[in-house]
Amino acid sequence: MNVLVILPILIPLTTLLLALLVRRHHAWVTVISMTGSAILLLAGIYLVALAAEGTVLSAQMGGWAAPYGISLVIDRLSAVMVAISGVIGFATLVYCFRQPMPADFLRDTHLFIQGLLVGICGAFVTADIFNLYVWFEVLLIGSFALIALGGGERRLSGAMTYLVLNMLATLLFLLAAGLVYGATGTLNMGELALLFRADEASAGAWLGVILMLVSFSIKAALFPLFGWLPASYHVAWTPVSALFAGLLTKVGVYALIRLVTLLWPEPGVVHSVLLWVACATMIIGVLGAAAQTEVRRILSFHIVSQVGYMVLGLALATPLALAGAVFYLIHHIVVKANLFFVGGIAARLSGSERLAAMGGLYARTPLLAILFAIPALSLAGIPPLSGFWAKFVLVKASLDAGIWVAAFFALFTGIFTLLSMSKIWNETFLKAHPDPERIGATGNGPRSAWFTVAGLAAITVMIGLGAGPVMDYAIAASTQLIEAPAYLQLLNRGGE
Amino acid sequence: MEWIGAITAGIMAALGVWMMLDRHLMRVVLGIAVLGNAINLGVLTAGRFAGSEAAFTFAGQQVLDSANPLPQALVLTAIVIGFALFVFALSVLKRTHELHGDKDTDRVSQVTERPAPDQDEEEPYPPAEDRKP
Repeated sequence: MNVLVILPILIPLTTLLLALLVRRHHAWVTVISMTGSAILLLAGIYLVALAAEGTVLSAQMGGWAAPYGISLVIDRLSAVMVAISGVIGFATLVYCFRQPMPADFLRDTHLFIQGLLVGICGAFVTADIFNLYVWFEVLLIGSFALIALGGGERRLSGAMTYLVLNMLATLLFLLAAGLVYGATGTLNMGELALLFRADEASAGAWLGVILMLVSFSIKAALFPLFGWLPASYHVAWTPVSALFAGLLTKVGVYALIRLVTLLWPEPGVVHSVLLWVACATMIIGVLGAAAQTEVRRILSFHIVSQVGYMVLGLALATPLALAGAVFYLIHHIVVKANLFFVGGIAARLSGSERLAAMGGLYARTPLLAILFAIPALSLAGIPPLSGFWAKFVLVKASLDAGIWVAAFFALFTGIFTLLSMSKIWNETFLKAHPDPERIGATGNGPRSAWFTVAGLAAITVMIGLGAGPVMDYAIAASTQLIEAPAYLQLLNRGGE
Repeated sequence: MEWIGAITAGIMAALGVWMMLDRHLMRVVLGIAVLGNAINLGVLTAGRFAGSEAAFTFAGQQVLDSANPLPQALVLTAIVIGFALFVFALSVLKRTHELHGDKDTDRVSQVTERPAPDQDEEEPYPPAEDRKP
């Protein structure tokens, strides 16, 4: 068995257990947790380096041969997702460092973030449907705890909404897994793929798989199932909502990409449904954002709209479009988390996150304005930042496929995104603060938060300037997704 | 045997959904629990649980009429996870009730939609001694 495959799960899990052992000493928890996520980040980068050479890691848990045992597979997409989770996890913990919150609140945040990372990384490496369900539950319970942490009327109400709808989504997934098992007798994604690719799947199997797609769509916040996201993300503590914004819906998107590319490598009826869902998601999300007047609420609606782009790439199903979806995934996670972080700092400096009660920050700290402008322009797709390339590839792919409507929606959404970002820009940075005495009344906040924001902005710029290699990786990843060598070979090779 | 399981699961799922549509938050949470159990039963039934022998065998021996053990293992996992989530949901519900005084779902949405509090008015984390059982 290849130990490298379980590293993404093992590292946060070990960190969590070690941190639990010393939970009475808050400083130690911080040290262990930050070291742990730094190691996860390094492991992720190492896995990406391995995957870039074409290595596909796989293992059978407990030595049981596929399709009976649980398979874990790390291919290009999984590797880059693990790496990016490491980046965002580490960034969040750095942002949390020395925040003016009670020590036990910070301690609990650290513990639950590690728990969340276990679930997220598990979901990225598993090749077994039921195992995916278990990882979803692990990340779900971590996210429940994180969103409710701190309490208070508003936060608990948001947590309640989040909890009910996400539990429902996960239950649907469980039912889907059960139905698929009942109809096909397997839970292994590779074997399911063989069945569907040979067009031998029964109606029952289709039913289960469609239900599974619905459940993933709730997780990914696709139209019309996105209602829970803008109703809950803005209530959590800022770093927590940044972590959620970066990673959580993207686990759903990852699961969608994985399932759809495995089962239907050629465009078909599922893809045409997804195409319209993607277009609707893009537009509705961005229009929803236009109506909001608080930083995090605007950004939450933009998550919905951006998820539409990724699913658009998936729905077009050409290698270029899939590569665009993968590129978009990488770019979006970094940029979106960063915008939430910047929003947090801006809210702290202005004393509020309601746009009406913000302002004057450009004069106060031009640096923050630049740090906001980088991810904001990248989100809107201004060259040469990462978002431009992501959108460019998707628009090109839709034009190549002759689907003009999709290209139109993508560009239209881009304009509205820019509009909404300039709204935040005007209200937060340019406009005079309604109550100038409040600006910076509580200081600049911990310096580490600024490092987080600057680091993530640097990554965005790097992805934008080095778009070539990243795109090469994404194209190779998309080929691998369609051919799915690891998933299909596991079956022939048996256990290791 | 299986049709009993299937019909029971269907009725329970209907009950669960009906309860989830209620305005009362307690019923919504209970509805999730009922729906969760309906789904557990559904998974078990879909995986063919009928059989008269235990799914257990020695080397060289063959069990002919045994139930499929895998769905049982799956459901066991799901029950444990579902239970943990249900307990968490109940505790959030309890606290929400203490803060709101009522358990109306509309009220929950209203509170979530309130404008963001100012940074210095953020509800403080309750002191450690309050959270000790």
